[in-house]
Parts: sequence; structure tokens; C-alpha cells
Amino acid sequence: MSRSGRIAIVLGMFAVVVFLVVFAAMSFVATEPQTVKYLTAPSGKPVHLVFQTDGAVGTGAHPTWVSYQTMTPRSHHWVHTTLVQLPAHTMIHVTLYQFDSGSPLRNQQWGRVTGTVGNSATTDGSPFKVINSYKRTVGHTFTIPELGVNVPLLGVDTSKPHFCTAGPCSPSTQLHHTITFSFKTPGPGIYHFQCFIPCGAGHYTGNGGPMQTLGYMGGFLEVMA
Amino acid sequence: MSDATSSGQFGAGASDPPATTRTTEVHHFRRMIPIWLVASIAADLIWWFVAGPHVPPGGMSDVAKGAQFDFNVLFLAAAPVTLGVWIYMGYAIWWWRASRPGLPDPVGGPAARGHLKFQVWWIALTTVIVLGAFVFGTVELILPAGAGGGEGPNPVWTPTSKNVLPVQVIAQQWKFTYRYPTFGGMETDTLVLPNNTEVAFHVTSLDVIHSFWAYQIGVKADGNPLVDNVAYAKTRQTGTFTVRCSELCGIWHGAMFDYGKVLSKSSFEKWALTTERKQADNTKYLPPFAWTYSPTANGPTGVTGTNTSGQAGFSKMEHYGATPAKKIVRSQAVGTVTTGTA
Repeated sequence: MSRSGRIAIVLGMFAVVVFLVVFAAMSFVATEPQTVKYLTAPSGKPVHLVFQTDGAVGTGAHPTWVSYQTMTPRSHHWVHTTLVQLPAHTMIHVTLYQFDSGSPLRNQQWGRVTGTVGNSATTDGSPFKVINSYKRTVGHTFTIPELGVNVPLLGVDTSKPHFCTAGPCSPSTQLHHTITFSFKTPGPGIYHFQCFIPCGAGHYTGNGGPMQTLGYMGGFLEVMA
Repeated sequence: MSDATSSGQFGAGASDPPATTRTTEVHHFRRMIPIWLVASIAADLIWWFVAGPHVPPGGMSDVAKGAQFDFNVLFLAAAPVTLGVWIYMGYAIWWWRASRPGLPDPVGGPAARGHLKFQVWWIALTTVIVLGAFVFGTVELILPAGAGGGEGPNPVWTPTSKNVLPVQVIAQQWKFTYRYPTFGGMETDTLVLPNNTEVAFHVTSLDVIHSFWAYQIGVKADGNPLVDNVAYAKTRQTGTFTVRCSELCGIWHGAMFDYGKVLSKSSFEKWALTTERKQADNTKYLPPFAWTYSPTANGPTGVTGTNTSGQAGFSKMEHYGATPAKKIVRSQAVGTVTTGTA
């Protein structure tokens, strides 16, 4: 083969490799969940952030995985994502519809409410500061470690009717607990939040799958200036 | 090199030049050694007095201070060696440059010969340096009290203090929490320590392998499920230190950090008693204190129960915080800790 032919083959193979690398990188980036922006409130006014936690997300690549879902602020649609933008130095009123069943906490330390206004939250309208997870099971937690925010989310009783088996679940028709609490965002930054219950059933010690995948049981609160 | 230094000339060997040439060649080592000596002393002094006190991890604990001392001593040993190489190299480039007039031919092959005295010195010096570093490193690795490294559940090198504060470090994906068995078994989200106090860190994990790294305290110990990995440090300064996980442990490993504090003893005890009181509403629900936790306990399988451990309770010296009028009563069977009147 001529020298120019060999060079052409090498360059061609190099181009193929570059294409595959770029394709893989773009595919990875493109799989990142959507970001829900809660930045529309007038400056200084509280923001109302709404989540739900489902035992099975019911959509996407892993419909049976447990997951958070986020409501869009204007259209009030449920989006399978855990990427949320919030304004800085703003009171965030969180409503969280908890549709999943529960278990005792692996570490009861996460049974305390911390970092919220008054270090308390409400479940179905009743204020609480701690849950004894050995008596009342906890489905998940909403925890922002860097801000010291932790709220245990009471598990639902699966023996009752209208248990939601696939999300997004309906707060108006399906069995759930409504948890509310408030916290104030700090200055701009990216703060990760996660569930502190190893709820990835079927994975090693419950910590695989949805616990290790962005968009399911952990995400980012991007606090914007 | 040996040819040049032994005879003070180049081109020595099978065809030695006339004696007149030998006497005119300078003694290169006599030129280099003063330069090397001055540079080495200056480098070591500057390092020891200017940079040394600021070398990480600082002096917040005895083991951190020990690590800083180790770095500085190794620098003091390494600097003269490095400077020796650099000075020789620079001298050789300058003196034996190809453009220098009257440069003798390089010696090689059969014409080259050894220099026994130089070789003996070379071997002796390098042996002393390497064996010295070995002995120094070994001693420093274990003293004091394991030098801040995890020693497993049965430490060999233990502190001399008889009033050690036990703190259980519980690693979990993705946060460290801390349990104080001598303060009612309370568990906290932040690590707070008293100054001038020997601390026993009992590191364990609720799930996968983590590593507890209290950087400025100089403590680094793996957190394994079902293992009580003990490391010691004595605090020496008040201030803030960083805690990180240093074992890749999952998607949020990078977020597994927080900041601890060393407070004065009086401030610590005030904090501990206040926190113990504040945490009481949750502490009563915590499982009985145990040295290890099972990853399958209370997990998604719904297995409920206390975290039991077959390991013995902490030693008699680990009772900081338990009031003098009380004594630690341990249940060897399940590793529970309670306090009772002496």
C-alpha cells in the first residue's frame, strides 16, 4: 500500500475514534435530567417548591426505581428530575407528597428535623420534630447535608387502599402523606440533596441503583444570585 | 566522575598524562563542597524556620504535629541530596562544557578505573540515608499511639492518657455522623472535640467502605461495615478542621465532607451537655450503643433490630465525659454502654 494510503487509513481511524468519544460524551451529557427553575417569584418573596417521592417512578429507563419528582412552578406538571434552581437568600416553602412505603431508618439520627424554620416540619398538618422510625416507618428523607437540612418523610401504610404503584402519583386520589417545611437558601452555590435511607431495594445494602443515579434519590439545588 | 575526583584530572587511566598536568588540574570537589555545604545549610535553615511551621497538616494535634515534623525532617535530609546532584550537574555542565579551551578527552571503556575510597563512601552514605529513613519512618509511623492511623479493633499502640474521649465515627453514604458514648450516647452531625485531650476515634460504617480523614487533626482511618477501626490523636490547638471521606464511596463521595471544631475543654463540655439535652428527644430512639453496625440492619429488607456487636466495650481509659462519680458499665454481650453509680 502506498504511503498516502496508509496515512489516509490512520487518519480515518483517528476520526472514527474521535467521533465515538464525542458521541459518548454528548450522550452522557444529554441524559442529564431537566432542570426545573423556581426563579420566577418576585425578589424576596417566598418560593413554593413541590416534590413527590414515589416507590416506582413509572417512567424513563428505570420505571421501577424509587425516585423524587419535581413539580414545575407555572404549569404544575410533574417532571422526573432532581435538578432545581432556586433564588438565593429566599425562604423556600416545601410541600412534599410522600407516596412510598417505609422502613426503620438505618441510622435513627436522620429521624430528626433539622435546618428548617423552627427545626420542625408537618405531616398531614401535624407538626413534628422527630420520628421514631422503629414505631412509625420512614419512607425517605429530604436532606441537604451542607445546609444541615434534614426532614424524615413518613412512610405510607401499604395495607390501605389507593396505594400508588407507579408515578407520577396523584395527591388528589392516591394514598400519601403531605409533608411541609421551610428553609432559607444561602448565597449562590450548588448544594446537593439526597435521601438518607438506603431505598434502592434490590441493590447491595439498598445503596445502588436509584441511590447512585442523578435524577432519582439525589440531586442538586442550584442557588442563583 | 571517580577518575576526575581521585586524581584531580581527566584523561587518567591507561595513558596517564605527564605529572605536570596532574598538578595543574583543580580539585573539583574542593570547589563544589563549600558551595553545596552553604546551599544545604541555608536551604535547611530556611525550610525549618520559615516554611516548616506552615507545612500541612499543621499542629492541631500531636499526630498532626508529628506528621509535620516527619515532612520537615525528610525535607532536611532530602535537600542536601538534591542540592548535591544539582550543584554537581551545574558544575559539570559549566566546567566540562565542550567549548572550554583545553578540555581533556572524556574517559571511558578500558581507560576508566574505579576509586575504592570514593565508592566506599558513596555506598556508606546512601546506606545510612536509606536505613535512617527506614528506621525514622517506621518509628514515626507508630508513635505516638499509632500516629493517627487506624489500628483495627485491637490497637497495639495506645495513648498513655488515662482519660480518653471515645468518639464513634459512623460513615454512611454520604455523611459522617458522630456518637459520644460517654455523653449519653448522643449522635451529632458535626464533630466537636475538647482541646488538650486524647481522643479515641472508633471508625465504622453503615454501608460500604469509607475513610475518615480529619485532615488538620492528622487522623485517617478506614470505615468498614462491621469493623471498629480505632485511631488516636491528642488535640493541641483550638480551631476548625476539615473532615473528608478519602475512599471513593459512590456518586456523592465528593460531597462527603464537613468541618469539625476543637474547643476549649470548658466550651466543649458546655456544648456537649447542651447538645446531649437537645438531642435527648432522638437519642432515646437510637439503638443501644455498639461498636459496629450491620449494613443489613434496618435496611430496605425491613430487618429491624439493634445493632449488635460481639466486640468488647472500650477500655477503662476511655471515659472522658462520664462524671467522676460514675463508672462505665459495659455489657459484653451486646456491646451496650450505660453509666452507673460507682
